[in-house]
Amino acid sequence: MKHLDLSELTALLRECAGQEEGVDLDGDVLDTPFTDLGYDSLAMLQTTGRIERDYEVTLDGIVDGAGTPHAYLDAVNRALAAQEAA
Amino acid sequence: MTTTSPVCAPSPSPATRPGTAVVTGIGVAAPNGFGTAAWWAAVLRGESGIGPITRFDASGYPVRLAGEVPGFVAADHVSSRLLPQTDRVTRLSLAVAREALDDAGVDPAGLPDYGAGVVTASSAGGFEFGQRELQALWSRGSRYVSAYQSFAWFYAVNTGQISIRHGLRGPSGAVVSEQAGGLDAVAQARRQIRRGTPLMITGGVDSALCPWGWAAHLADGRLSTADDPAVAFLPFDAGARGHVVGEGGALFVLEEAEAARERGAAVYGSIAGCAATFDADGSAHLADAARLALADAGVTRHDIDVVFADAAGDRAADRAEAAAIAGLFGRFGVPVTAPKSMAGRLLAGGASLDLAAALLALRDQVIPPTTGTRRPADDCPIDLVTGAPRRGVRLRTALVLARGQGGFNAAAVVSRAD
Repeated sequence: MKHLDLSELTALLRECAGQEEGVDLDGDVLDTPFTDLGYDSLAMLQTTGRIERDYEVTLDGIVDGAGTPHAYLDAVNRALAAQEAA
Repeated sequence: MTTTSPVCAPSPSPATRPGTAVVTGIGVAAPNGFGTAAWWAAVLRGESGIGPITRFDASGYPVRLAGEVPGFVAADHVSSRLLPQTDRVTRLSLAVAREALDDAGVDPAGLPDYGAGVVTASSAGGFEFGQRELQALWSRGSRYVSAYQSFAWFYAVNTGQISIRHGLRGPSGAVVSEQAGGLDAVAQARRQIRRGTPLMITGGVDSALCPWGWAAHLADGRLSTADDPAVAFLPFDAGARGHVVGEGGALFVLEEAEAARERGAAVYGSIAGCAATFDADGSAHLADAARLALADAGVTRHDIDVVFADAAGDRAADRAEAAAIAGLFGRFGVPVTAPKSMAGRLLAGGASLDLAAALLALRDQVIPPTTGTRRPADDCPIDLVTGAPRRGVRLRTALVLARGQGGFNAAAVVSRAD
């Protein structure tokens, strides 16, 4: 079953949108708002597009309100599970 | 728009008039040198940056030479966050803007809010980025197009990224007038200085060295197809056969003269006069732009010590420019040079680089040479400085000329700092 974890998400964020100076993405960032990690809405759009391709999942409207990695991962993994069940 | 010269009342010298825009910082990226000092030293050595294209495989194209900026490592100048969202032209622009600000010794963070703005020239925005995303769209589908394409391609992107990086929230914009843009942007920034903005970053840095950009350049029909870099771009030469395209340009820190003096800034010179005209109905108005710029500066033709030519490297266009210069200054009446012979024509960056050359010529009292061309054609009666720099001349005021494809003409008069 497909699943996205924090290290996979941070790796994709780095690849799609770079890394803000002074931010440790390998630290405890699960509940840190994306904006504090240096990622704006475009960075999230770019990363979400990449996840949709890599994981063959549609995330339209699903991750929009997810402001932290925790909320974002929950939303993505719910979508992956729902897709698997369908 | 009138093309007659306005009558100028006697006025204080341009460098001291209130609202005068002076240049306090210069940044350069050019095919024959990255950074102002490296480039200027290469120019005075007569060192060309034109060579075979290395950025993409040009072997199948009729034109295989270009002027590429050497030794630019983007990650040394642009943050990891900015790399995925910037074209090469924006990365170069950010590096050059920082050099200009460092050179001026000014910390934008210390300026009042809205006290500094950015006006840059562009010809095609982030072309290479755009090509990559269009390829992704048509070969793999819309899901593969970068979200950053939304602005990375855009004409105003260099202005925007410079503004964001340095917190310059004052009057800003982008000017698109092909090769004339490098002067038109400076003219616009100067207007903002006169309206009360204390500091502006302005000029142009451009690049479109990718297959898509190349297709556009080739469609222009005025490129040299020579394979020997030494004879590919010969402005004013009887054997001129077109120009070479290059990348790069220059950005300047412009400040109001009084404010610059108050903070003890070193001043290269003032942007004493600017003008732009447009060709219509087959008539050329480059000379009118020059006359208007002189009038705007409050100087006469006798005050101009050197002319930096547009130097198209096309027989008809060279003749037209030589006629305009000779008509204004007399046959062989003023030293003329075109150091862009060593860089190629840099799109929106070219005239800005010429402006940088003019300012450094005034500073160092030396006229940089036109390389390649040994002597001007018989039908170009101008005193072209060729072979080696000309020293021992008194240089106080320079005229820079630029023409953009489609009819744009621009001229700027720069005066030495006192």
